[in-house]
Amino acid sequence: MLARRKATLCLGKFLRFSVCASKSQPEKCFLQLLTPALRRHSSQSGPQHSVAIVGSGPAGYYTAQQLLKGDPGLVVDVYEKLPVPFGLVRYGVAPDHPEVKNVIHTFTQTAQNERCNFLGNIEVGRDVSLQELRNAYSAVILCYGAAEDRTLGVPGEDLPNVISAKSFVGWYNGLPEDKDLPVNLDCESAVVLGHGNVALDVARILLTPINMLEKTDISEHALDCLRRSKVKRVHLVGRRGPLQVAFTIKELREMVKLPGTRPVISPQDVQGLDKIIKDLPRPRRRLTELIHKTGTAVRPGSEEVKEWTLHFCRSPQRILTSAGGDVAGIELVVNRLQGETLESQKAVATDEREILPCGLVLRSIGYKSLPLDPSVPFSKGKNIIDNEDSRVKGEPGLYCTGWIGRGPVGVIADTMNYAFDTGRTVLQDLDNGRVARRELGCRDQLLNKLRSKAVTFEDWEKIDMAEMAAGEKIGKPREKLVNVEEMLQVACR
Amino acid sequence: MAFRLLSRILRASQKSGLSVSSFSKLRVSSHYLMNACRLSSSAPKPQKETINVTFLLRDGEKQEVQAKVGDNLLDIIIEHDVDIDGFGACEGTLACSTCHLIFKQSDFDKIPDKPTDEELDMLDLAYGLTDTSRLGCQVVLTKDMDGLEVTVPTGVADARGGPL
Repeated sequence: MLARRKATLCLGKFLRFSVCASKSQPEKCFLQLLTPALRRHSSQSGPQHSVAIVGSGPAGYYTAQQLLKGDPGLVVDVYEKLPVPFGLVRYGVAPDHPEVKNVIHTFTQTAQNERCNFLGNIEVGRDVSLQELRNAYSAVILCYGAAEDRTLGVPGEDLPNVISAKSFVGWYNGLPEDKDLPVNLDCESAVVLGHGNVALDVARILLTPINMLEKTDISEHALDCLRRSKVKRVHLVGRRGPLQVAFTIKELREMVKLPGTRPVISPQDVQGLDKIIKDLPRPRRRLTELIHKTGTAVRPGSEEVKEWTLHFCRSPQRILTSAGGDVAGIELVVNRLQGETLESQKAVATDEREILPCGLVLRSIGYKSLPLDPSVPFSKGKNIIDNEDSRVKGEPGLYCTGWIGRGPVGVIADTMNYAFDTGRTVLQDLDNGRVARRELGCRDQLLNKLRSKAVTFEDWEKIDMAEMAAGEKIGKPREKLVNVEEMLQVACR
Repeated sequence: MAFRLLSRILRASQKSGLSVSSFSKLRVSSHYLMNACRLSSSAPKPQKETINVTFLLRDGEKQEVQAKVGDNLLDIIIEHDVDIDGFGACEGTLACSTCHLIFKQSDFDKIPDKPTDEELDMLDLAYGLTDTSRLGCQVVLTKDMDGLEVTVPTGVADARGGPL
């Protein structure tokens, strides 16, 4: 049934695309990004002013979509540090979730709008300063996400094979900076610290049968390593209880159904949950029901060779090493929960300690954004840009959205709604004169300066084709290029 | 029939990694395929039965469309260019909740297919979730749904509390 629905939908999408195809769209080359050429192809009034977006992930492209729709006189330039677009959709979404990456189709439509330009391989702060952007554009919207992750601050954290889940995700997704991450899967047990969706993603990648991963766009270097993996058990450790987990039900259900793998949740941990469940709001109720059901399910003589375990109310104290200096285990402190309302309960450490043997530790306790420029007010506590409804405090014409604006949480749909709101805010401010419109001349000069370095969207399409062709040869939808130099070569820069 | 065949070809081509975001290539090939299918199908296309469906949009506007029985609401919204920002982000693959729609109880009860666990899982992340919420991509129209009125929810707080 679902397959049939998918088929009809695919047709719907196809029709939409074929409508696009019937409109002749001029090929954009970099010269044409400049305004006079653009003006010829554009509506009578032509573009009058421009906005810069810093970051080409979901926040960037959804904001661009809203801006282009709302103001036919606006040109949007999307700046990206890497030669390739789409941020965490390309480098964060798990390779076995290709359906989530369908948003790329919408981003591509936006990017192919003649008033939208992609400037890849341009890093703000290195190739162009924020001040230069602010001088050239009516508004600058920062949506560069979260480049780092939070650390534990426990002894042993810097040992080999104690790895941030963020880097691990970047590694299997072919992010250039993580391609050489030293990952050693020559151990039977791995510990993942954290109970969020990233924690479930990395656990799933560690346990998924290799023949399933081979059909995804997971990077070949990671696949090679996973082929030789000896990991049989993954322990997911959270500091709070089953009612406070941050992962979503879709990801948990996927884990429960993972072929050849057995879920382990201690019946003790879910004891009494059934009495609370009915009073919870629906999403938390259904999620807790699934945890409870999994914890109490009887699995007689199961044949699964691998397993994953949810451990609750445990916080890491230190990483233990073997005589040879390898990771040998992790010492955990047992927490108890304190607080009135269930969802806001806090973990308080007791005196009880326990040791979990393992050879790999993945830290998945949240991402962290970094400041871009000293001129941008940054809240160190929250690790976000100080802003009110996307307007950067005290800096008219400067905006932020996505994870840099609200913190690194939520699914793509959350970022989408936030970005749409940001787009509307910017349009409003431009409309009512709160932010002055700048002529296009200064922006054209800047593009001239960046021309020799920037990767355009058409360049990216060459990379895209090359990656898909490389994938086809080995039965994968895509084999990503993992070297920036190689990407630039394919893009003929 | 021709359309179904076409969509199958397209899906196959997508699976083989032809299209994902390489639109120029997809466009050429799909255009070609479409014409090929037109030429090859000599039989007259069977007219599909249609019903009235009204969308109550976020800005308070109404949009009425003649929708084909057997299509799902996401198809219909795309086919009729109903302007809803961000609708159907995952293209009907049950990987997001952006095609969330709210039904009147009586209409909700008429939907023949009850939601699967997977649909409910995604609905749990929808903004403004109600007891009569469904994902548009999973609701296939039947004849007796004529006069259907669906509300497009406004982007209020996410059911999980949303981004902080």
